[in-house]
Amino acid sequence: MNCYNGKILRINLTSQQISVEDLDLDLAKKYIGGRGLGTKMLMDEIDINVDPLSADNKIIYIAGPLSGTKVSTGTRYMVVTKSPLNNFIASSNSGGIWGSMLKYAGYDAIIVEGRADKPVYLDIEDDQVVIKDASSLWTKTSEETVDILKKDQKNVSVLNIGPAGENLSLMAAVMNDTDRAAGRSGVGAVMGSKNLKAIVVKTNNDKIPTFDEEEFKKVAIESAKMLKDHPVTGGGLPTYGTAVLVNIINSVGSLPTKNWQESEYDKADDVSGETMADTVLVRNGYCHHCTIGCGRVVKMDDKIIGGPEYETLWGFSADADINDLDAIVRANYWCNEMGLDTISTSSTLAAAMELYQRGYITDEDCDGVPLQFGNSEAIIEWVKRIGRGHNDLAKLLAQGSYRLCEHYGVPEYSMSVKKLEIPAYDARGIQGIGLNYATSNRGGCHVRGYTISPEILGAPVQVDRLVTDGKAELVKTFQDLTAAIDSLGLCLFTSFALGADEYAAIYSAATGQKITGAELLEMGDRIYNLERLFNQRAGMTPEEDTLPERLLKDAIKMENEASGGMVSRLDIMLPEYYQARGWVSGFPTEDTLKRLGII
Amino acid sequence: MIEVKLFAYFRENRGKVVFVDYYEGIKVKDIVSDLNIELDDVSIILVNGRHQTLETILNDGQKLFLFPPVGGG
Repeated sequence: MNCYNGKILRINLTSQQISVEDLDLDLAKKYIGGRGLGTKMLMDEIDINVDPLSADNKIIYIAGPLSGTKVSTGTRYMVVTKSPLNNFIASSNSGGIWGSMLKYAGYDAIIVEGRADKPVYLDIEDDQVVIKDASSLWTKTSEETVDILKKDQKNVSVLNIGPAGENLSLMAAVMNDTDRAAGRSGVGAVMGSKNLKAIVVKTNNDKIPTFDEEEFKKVAIESAKMLKDHPVTGGGLPTYGTAVLVNIINSVGSLPTKNWQESEYDKADDVSGETMADTVLVRNGYCHHCTIGCGRVVKMDDKIIGGPEYETLWGFSADADINDLDAIVRANYWCNEMGLDTISTSSTLAAAMELYQRGYITDEDCDGVPLQFGNSEAIIEWVKRIGRGHNDLAKLLAQGSYRLCEHYGVPEYSMSVKKLEIPAYDARGIQGIGLNYATSNRGGCHVRGYTISPEILGAPVQVDRLVTDGKAELVKTFQDLTAAIDSLGLCLFTSFALGADEYAAIYSAATGQKITGAELLEMGDRIYNLERLFNQRAGMTPEEDTLPERLLKDAIKMENEASGGMVSRLDIMLPEYYQARGWVSGFPTEDTLKRLGII
Repeated sequence: MIEVKLFAYFRENRGKVVFVDYYEGIKVKDIVSDLNIELDDVSIILVNGRHQTLETILNDGQKLFLFPPVGGG
């Protein structure tokens, strides 16, 4: 099949052995690449009961067949491993350019296993692969690491962890290209546990031959035109970025505020996409091969840096009761520098602020920077403290909101699912997204089935956000399509303009493996079920498909005109969802696994 | 009186908030037209926080929010 290099690079850090193996193309036909194929490879490679931070866990960096091709957004890669946060499947996605470079260097995936006895980094230049000493890089921030390893070289991309990953924070991200992150599930801690600081990829190649060059060029141009012509991907996203959602989600009374104690933020417009565009925005930013350009490039003092996304803005503003955009830009910057996931970090700080409000965390614990709602100094200083492991409280915060709140005997204040913090959209006012959070295989996550599109943005059609009817099928369809997109190596944002048939046409022309849109959705369904099987074997219980108690029992206050009185009706939606998936008590039946060709 | 809040580029030359006199039978599309916004450019219409359409008839004292097509995630 075209668009696969057919090669996996295997690095054993314990034995220092480096080898190149053939990619199993039959598996690629079933699980595509990226998220799907990475999960399958991990399941086949590890003992499912392995301690995620032990030498026996493995971490897989894997591109999709379309990564590196010239179709719009064709660059993304996945970091797949067993999550140290919750012991379930971790697959974190990133843009930038590193995924394309991995493909250009001649590989589809890198499997890293074992543990180095001292800090190392991988230096890859096409078929030259060397494990190098990283002692002098250890403790460096992400930007410092990138600057040192890039020097003045061209055609080089640096994937790395910051101090948070070195310190095994369960919120640690894998960074690349300075401000892009495979953020969630603590994947950075797995790298840190292996003493692996960075993976440098250098190559002068920039081509991925497709099966039918003419047809591929045609569908790539068509899809780029659809993205440009669509009002969201051609207008809203490039102009305002994802931050434009601040005002919209607040307007429907579903912007979680003060660690989800409220659902409206009266100062939302101070930190909105509109305000960003009028103040700190310098220009929009693009990942490799992207024609959308949703990224925000902003000014911080004299520095031009990557700006916050919607979920980051939410976490550091409404959730922490802070309307200081400059402070939020700085907190976002320091998350990138420390290599911390911005959703988990901001949500954990908001949980800490509620614990401070309720007297669990004291001024003495806070060492001069009170974790008080509204304190903008706190979000900047505590991000640095978490990254560096400043004191006992910082080390506790670095383990995420669940372990933090559990430590004080009140896990219900952790707004998380399967220990992963849920972002930015209140599941009481938006019913479908709550079902998605509860059933997301990696835990509380919005981008596994982004029903905000139909429930709020009216794309492709408007559905009623407050009802449960039809949400089970909706969530399943979004989750399946997303699993396929994440496996192809494309950006989820393309789905505002493209549907399953368009993706199938691009994949078919690229690889020579002809499929329909329906078949692509079935591949997504297969991937979703495989992830669920991973979790089942790793010890997940059906009770973990749930939401924080606050969302199920505490109705949104009645003075919230748009969503007052609502709770999540997960009790109604979850059984319908299991039925739609062919699952019993949260897990696929043997018939379902056979139907999808998993067993 | 109807309070109309505008978002994204609808704010250009119009400001963030506009107050419109109420009359019986006034529809969302009447206000949109009076604001010189193309009907096709309006993507999300909220009345008191609930999704509505251009044809929705408004009541006195309601809040109307208008958004062009935008997205995120």
